[in-house]
Amino acid sequence: MLQNVENFASHFFVLGDPMIYGADVSIVLASAAIVFVLTYYKKWGYLWREWLTTVDHKKIGIMYMIATLLMLFRGGVDAMLMRTQLIMPGMPFLKAQHYNEIFTTHGTIMILFMAMPGVFALMNIAVPLQIGARDVAFPYLNAISFWMFFFAAMLLNLSFVIGGSPDAGWTSYAPLAGLTFDKGPGENFYLLALEITGIGSMATGINFFVTIMKLRAPGMTLMRMPLFTWSIVATTVIIIFAFPPLTVDLGLLLFDRLASSHFFTIFDGGNPMMYVNMFWMWGHPEVYIVVLPAFGVFSEVVATFSKKRTFGYASMVASLLAIAVISFFTWVHHFFTMGAGPGVNSFFAVATMIIAIPTGVKVFNWLFTMYQGRIRMNLPMLWAVAFIPNFAIGGATGVMLSVAPADYQFHNSYFLIAHFHQVLIGGTLFGILAGMYYWWPKMFGVILDEKIGRWAFWFFNIGFYVCFLPQYWLGWMGMTRRMYTYLPGMGWTMWNFISTMGAYMMGTGFILIVIQIIYSILYGERDLTGDPWDGRTLEWSLPSPAPHYNFARIPTITGRDAWWTMKEEQRKGITHSEEEAPLKPIHMPNDSGRPFVLSVLFFIAGFALVFTWYPLAFVAFIGILASLVMRSFEYDTDHTISVEELRHSEAAYGRV
Amino acid sequence: MAMVDSFIKAPSTHRIPLEYTHEEDALRIFGFWIFLATDLLLFASLFATYSVLYRHVGHGPGPLQIFDVTGFSAETFILLTSSFTCGLSTYSMHRGQKGWMMAWMAVTILLGISFISFELTEFVGDVAQGATLQTSAFLSAFFTLVGTHGAHVSLGIGWMTLIFIQLAVHGLTATTARKAFIVSLYWHFLDVVWIFIFTIVYLLGEMS
Repeated sequence: MLQNVENFASHFFVLGDPMIYGADVSIVLASAAIVFVLTYYKKWGYLWREWLTTVDHKKIGIMYMIATLLMLFRGGVDAMLMRTQLIMPGMPFLKAQHYNEIFTTHGTIMILFMAMPGVFALMNIAVPLQIGARDVAFPYLNAISFWMFFFAAMLLNLSFVIGGSPDAGWTSYAPLAGLTFDKGPGENFYLLALEITGIGSMATGINFFVTIMKLRAPGMTLMRMPLFTWSIVATTVIIIFAFPPLTVDLGLLLFDRLASSHFFTIFDGGNPMMYVNMFWMWGHPEVYIVVLPAFGVFSEVVATFSKKRTFGYASMVASLLAIAVISFFTWVHHFFTMGAGPGVNSFFAVATMIIAIPTGVKVFNWLFTMYQGRIRMNLPMLWAVAFIPNFAIGGATGVMLSVAPADYQFHNSYFLIAHFHQVLIGGTLFGILAGMYYWWPKMFGVILDEKIGRWAFWFFNIGFYVCFLPQYWLGWMGMTRRMYTYLPGMGWTMWNFISTMGAYMMGTGFILIVIQIIYSILYGERDLTGDPWDGRTLEWSLPSPAPHYNFARIPTITGRDAWWTMKEEQRKGITHSEEEAPLKPIHMPNDSGRPFVLSVLFFIAGFALVFTWYPLAFVAFIGILASLVMRSFEYDTDHTISVEELRHSEAAYGRV
Repeated sequence: MAMVDSFIKAPSTHRIPLEYTHEEDALRIFGFWIFLATDLLLFASLFATYSVLYRHVGHGPGPLQIFDVTGFSAETFILLTSSFTCGLSTYSMHRGQKGWMMAWMAVTILLGISFISFELTEFVGDVAQGATLQTSAFLSAFFTLVGTHGAHVSLGIGWMTLIFIQLAVHGLTATTARKAFIVSLYWHFLDVVWIFIFTIVYLLGEMS
């Protein structure tokens, strides 16, 4: 009996690594601290009523933003550990298996649990406000999306201390990730966490596509929409088309692992290349899912801080849509060395090169927007400007990689690592940070401190070049990715050392951002105008933070840069009749705890399947069906804000 | 001729179909169309997998050994009929005939149940012959593709039953009309997918 318990414990908990014991202790302490603080200050009710049950897109956006920063920390710690291991040849810091687990979780977390929620945070915060809508099309579904993502992230992070982390790379290629070569539960964690967050992402894609197509304010034609909203249109279209193949691909690998089917095995007719093909059918468009919203942010930021209309609006829209379409014709460039033959490789090489054209159009448009503008270098603009040289280098190395014959040399080398970090950090992360600084006043009514922010920016930006430029050289010198150590005398030592120093600088930059946020919450400048940057789009016409019904009266849009136009008209003394129109009662959706409960049930089902505890999974599954049935029978799903209430709350904002 | 006349005149009494009268309902129907696009792509991915793997029979039986012509013909006939009765239900809904609407819905549900029974019988028969998910890549792909469709149909049966109950409780309102309309879209979609399964899996399998 005791032997059985011991056996179970040694498989269930990850034993034998002092670093993981340290993590165990810190997880227990942090959880205890959170429970203590919530209990001591009697905040459980507040947490449940205001946050866990909310269907308000702005609050959901804030929760996405917090989750993004937490996951950036987790993925960043992974990065620091890896760079520390590689600082010198033959470092004894991490064991090979541990290193495998760290690079796997680093990639998975950064793409799916940092970049994706970062993008979702910005769209939740800005899109309904930019198009003059009171809410997203399906607020209840929006809450489900967030909690599915959140509990999927928890499920993946749990693998660190329970059962063991996935270790087959963030792409989890079969047959390496199949049952024959990877027995442990780590890969199950990966597959189930991604399936659960995938449901949420797909729902977000549908939700925002419908929101933008159907809920725009009167007069806001498609060609009057802000460019950030346009970038979200392109993103949601890619989400809708790209996520189903991923769902199927991971589902089939899960069948291979749990039910011993033969999709991607080597025996009995399985075809591992099928896994790789379907993975990148999602995986390549995915990089545009996370980078196009960043492009949207840069368009907004560059126009606002140059005090000019965006140069070449129509070509900006066209290039977004062109990128969205062409992104589906490039997936084979991830495995030119598969042996598909020159015909196939040429097609995908050319398609990949073509993407550089619309991307280049966008970069030139940003530059022309700045040209002769009155530029202010606030933090959002700083990150936007820093993005341009980064992306130029990242784009150029991307075109180098797209040359199929040359790719035989670059494939799986540090050159590739340097390239995609350059575009994903320089594009997506800089975009998320620029967007965070830009919309922070709209989220919280506080402007983040510029001085600490500048220090953070310089540490992060310089560290970024110091970290990744040497990796191009390392790639040329033959250092391959996912290598946990190397011998002295290869000529790699100095470059690795420099690269690790850069990583530490980036880590310092991140810590400074955290300090900046804490400092600004305590002493930050409050935004009383609602329009701290002298903005151009509709979200700046509202107080900061915006009231939960967004617009007391839905505005009528007469041109692009709607808020800028209104301000010009105000200056000239032109008023519109609808501004004095009587207030009308507003329908708003009720809060609901069910999205949270539903996602907890998904978490339980996922956790049970990781360890193949089928009875528990079955119970959770019944619970999921029961909550869907309960929703179907729920008819009383919204309430009305009366004119009286509305007048009262608008008066509090000084806006009657 | 008289029938055509009544068909043309009938809608003019209320221009907008009941399920589209409220803005939120129209929004949900549009959202459901987009969802169907994602579901279509999900099936497309499964079809792609099947097309790549259907010759990879390993040591197991091939399509010719396990496909039962009577079985899949009956399934096809039943499912296509159920789509027709589902259409009749929507037609009755648009004419405001709640009784007929629910009756045709009940027929659709029963046809769905008989479809699933036939499919389960077929699957059980295959497994009895030793043709399981674990036998070969072809069979893994076959059971997953056809099984995913079957799971969708089962879910559709449960869903339609819930709406049947809600119709009985709340009567025919804009909300219940929207719900019935959406489940009918789902049901027709499953029919379309089945036509591809019939062609790509069963007919091509019989010809191989």
